[in-house]
Amino acid sequence: MIYDVAVIGAGVCGALIARNLSRFYLNVCVLEQESDVAMGTTRANSAIVHGGFDAKPGTLKAKLNVEGCGMMPELCGELHVPYRQNGSLVLAFDKEDVKHIHALYERGLVNGVKNLKLLNREELLKQEPNLSEKVLEALYAPSAGIVCPYELALAAIGNAMDNGVHLKLCFKVTGLSKEKEYFCISSENETVKARYVVNAAGLFADEIAKAAGEDGFFIAPRKGEYMLLDKAQGGLVNSTIFQCPSKMGKGILVTPTVDGNLLIGPTSENILDKTDSSTTQQGLEKVASTALKSVPGIQLRTVITSFAGLRACAEKEDFIIEPSKKLKGLIHVAGIESPGLSASPAIARYVMELLKREGISLKANPAFQAERRPLHHCRQMSMEMRNQLIQKEPRFGRVICRCEGITEGEIIEAIHKNPGATTLDGVKRRTRAGMGRCQGGFCTPSVIEILARELGISMEQVTKSGGGSRLLAGKCKAGECVK
Amino acid sequence: MKKADLVIIGGGPAGLAAALGAYDAGIKDIILLERDGKLGGILNQCIHNGFGLHRFGEELTGPEYAWKYQQEIFKRNISFLLDTMVLNLSPDRIVTAVNSSDGVFQIQAKAVILAMGCRERSRGALNIPGMRPAGIYSAGTAQKLVNGKGYLPGKKVVILGSGDIGLIMARRMTLEGAQVKAVCEIMPYSGGLNRNIVQCLEDFQIPLKLSHTITQIHGKDRVCGVTVAKVNRSGKPIQGTGEFIECDTVLFSVGLIPENELAKEAGIRLDPVTGGAEVFENRETSFKGIFACGNVLHVHDLVDYVSEEAELAGRSAAKFILEKWKRDGETVTLKRGEGIRYLVPQKLHRESHEALKLYFRVTDVKRNVEIVLRDGKSLLYSKRHPKVAPGEMEYVILTPEIVSRLTNNCVLEMREKEQ
Amino acid sequence: MKRQLTCIICPIGCCLTAELDENGEVLNVTGNTCGRGKAYAESECTHPVRTLTTTMRVSGGTEPLVSIKSDMPLPKELLLPCMEKINRLQVAAPVQIGDILFRNIENTGIDLVATGNVKKDQTCG
Repeated sequence: MIYDVAVIGAGVCGALIARNLSRFYLNVCVLEQESDVAMGTTRANSAIVHGGFDAKPGTLKAKLNVEGCGMMPELCGELHVPYRQNGSLVLAFDKEDVKHIHALYERGLVNGVKNLKLLNREELLKQEPNLSEKVLEALYAPSAGIVCPYELALAAIGNAMDNGVHLKLCFKVTGLSKEKEYFCISSENETVKARYVVNAAGLFADEIAKAAGEDGFFIAPRKGEYMLLDKAQGGLVNSTIFQCPSKMGKGILVTPTVDGNLLIGPTSENILDKTDSSTTQQGLEKVASTALKSVPGIQLRTVITSFAGLRACAEKEDFIIEPSKKLKGLIHVAGIESPGLSASPAIARYVMELLKREGISLKANPAFQAERRPLHHCRQMSMEMRNQLIQKEPRFGRVICRCEGITEGEIIEAIHKNPGATTLDGVKRRTRAGMGRCQGGFCTPSVIEILARELGISMEQVTKSGGGSRLLAGKCKAGECVK
Repeated sequence: MKKADLVIIGGGPAGLAAALGAYDAGIKDIILLERDGKLGGILNQCIHNGFGLHRFGEELTGPEYAWKYQQEIFKRNISFLLDTMVLNLSPDRIVTAVNSSDGVFQIQAKAVILAMGCRERSRGALNIPGMRPAGIYSAGTAQKLVNGKGYLPGKKVVILGSGDIGLIMARRMTLEGAQVKAVCEIMPYSGGLNRNIVQCLEDFQIPLKLSHTITQIHGKDRVCGVTVAKVNRSGKPIQGTGEFIECDTVLFSVGLIPENELAKEAGIRLDPVTGGAEVFENRETSFKGIFACGNVLHVHDLVDYVSEEAELAGRSAAKFILEKWKRDGETVTLKRGEGIRYLVPQKLHRESHEALKLYFRVTDVKRNVEIVLRDGKSLLYSKRHPKVAPGEMEYVILTPEIVSRLTNNCVLEMREKEQ
Repeated sequence: MKRQLTCIICPIGCCLTAELDENGEVLNVTGNTCGRGKAYAESECTHPVRTLTTTMRVSGGTEPLVSIKSDMPLPKELLLPCMEKINRLQVAAPVQIGDILFRNIENTGIDLVATGNVKKDQTCG
């Protein structure tokens, strides 16, 4: 079969592009090298929807950020992804900072950011009483929000799949060439044919371009380390708290997450290895000390996990969203660093425009369902609803993850509903099982069992996150029986 | 809404003993709620021996100890619900729980006993730098996998933390054919019992590296090694002492914390040091009619003491329900002095007319010390201890006469004896 | 000759000193707080023993394993050989606490006893 469009990469951009494509009569596939969607840049970032005052006016970043931020509430509503418009604050601690935030204010006005406001110290501390006493002034962007990036990607891909898109996991592109009519995209085991290709391969977008014979851009990984704190700390701030940005990024922020935890980070370090998401001692120390500058009351001993994510940075200080200069029908979506998540809905819309210009014919699919029914979240349900559900399926009454209150029914649903989880981390991202205070201490053995049973594989074959990440070394007493 | 005299949350050693304590003190209408598929709690996976020496005068394994209590529960026909998770506890003692057969349901109880036990500190709380590969488990998770499910989490193991579960798992994994390369302990002394160091490590020539920690975990998909370094007095790694140890598994045994979310959400006052509720000598919390016992109150080192404390909580709940508890009269809060990390109970009714077993833990390993209870300068009680360690729970027994003389100025402290 | 030991009989973990003669016989034990400590030191210096606790495979049960123990302490050097033997054994459900599952392991005269209960799995024949 020849697909109309192949999207390479199932991060938040690839996912939203695939979903947009599924609105039309098109055969679409998404090719993802990992064992699950949202495993690259989308897996670990600040989870912030920026207002859009930061990017230089006239850039794609500026335009798409402001547009994307505006689209986010409706999009998240359709996909039932939690979104909270909590506003953001950039703090000024000295005269230089004050000058800087005033400049950002002006820039924001040019970019079209709505309701921007400068707050004086008194207003600020009234709004956010846990901020440092040393703060002088702040820039307030009420339109900014928070969203869980991989939840958004999962929901978008799931919705695209429900509308007919194919997802091929563990498909690492090794070759990309164009015959007369179509592209051949190969992995080690398989070749997929498609008339149009969208390269949304994140950190590896340059390698996809290279495979197509282009060397127009280069993507460098930039590491950001984070610490996630217990829900008891989630209420320390309401808005997302930034310090003044630098060349390397928007500095270390302090923000609540949609799940009610507190997130601090990221560092910003250029590295060479695109798979190196290791945390470092220096990095975590920097995160801790800098975050305390904004919010001195953070209790660092309540950290429940630390992690690192990689940003996909192009040399150019703007997103690269453009048709290939070599092959007609190939669109690059590259260099999607911050504010990539914020811009992602607008990026997906923009890519549709570019595809149209490349000649794709779009006929609306009347069967398209924009709404995605979310997985059941028993903890958020009323007693009556929950009891109805348990009556239908008793496994929704059996709690597996104690810390987050996740039931066996929810885990089974996550394994079978598009895009189905195949790994321990996949279950964790979809249900939050194992994400709580004990970090999977109690539920890991049970989740491994459920995965093995539902996928029809042995316990030893269950992995943490695909590839060689097997969780168990084997059975005890594996030898032959004598009696 | 269902009604019950007493709801006990947790069917581990504390919950079981609390149920017996209450039943034998006259309360028959008890519901025991257990989240697992059988009674006995964590004891079911603690298949090693060493339980019950104080209680039964013999060395039992965990499941045997639990079974003795379960049989007593069965004999008395005390009702319990398995695979039942408590979701919420309200200050006026409405317990909300869920299971597959009853759905979500509520019970209005006259008294509630919290007996949820504890959980292991997680790796994240330690923030060890590195990737997030497979092969990182808490010792208790490994114990569940090996003893409960019959699977070996890995073949070459480094253990961080020398808590008892870590030591026990070092032996257990060795017996099952894994190679335990080292146990690293950041403190200059082990957090586990001496007997476990002898029979779990020394018996199998497993090195115990004191004042060492893991500074990096290596591996992308699966753990392939760790860097272990010596630490200075403040627990910071010393540059240049790093050593790479090849392994496919890292187990953590870095301490236990009371599993107290229900109490916290209900608003019960907690002791920041123990992580458990603040209680009176009868194990009543800051909320009337809500009691706590066992590891959810403070982490015990011996299950025998858990049972003892839980029976006391059970009897107290019975007294409360039968309105035999005289709750008026003066209450006293004891102070922690030099060398004392925590005290349980934190408060007491002075006119309780009973001897008081005061549990405490010390802050440091010390030999030849004196535990002193004083009111200002006047000495009320003192006792010599040949050796104390933070890993071991200690206690003093105060006579009713001493109890009646306690005031808010009373301090329990540790004094080093001059040689 | 003197030998320092940590008593493992109970959680107190007394520091024992055993005085031995040239044949390795124990002459005197100090540091113990009870009689069992003395007995432990004597045994540990002459023929150290340990109780073995582990699991055994179960067929047709609601659980794959049952916990077991040696009903008497085994010579220390036999722990691993006994494990090898046990790893190849399997017992049919149901199993009750106290059931003797294997007699005279490695010709020691010591039996393996169940320390847990496993019910028969009714769902599979």
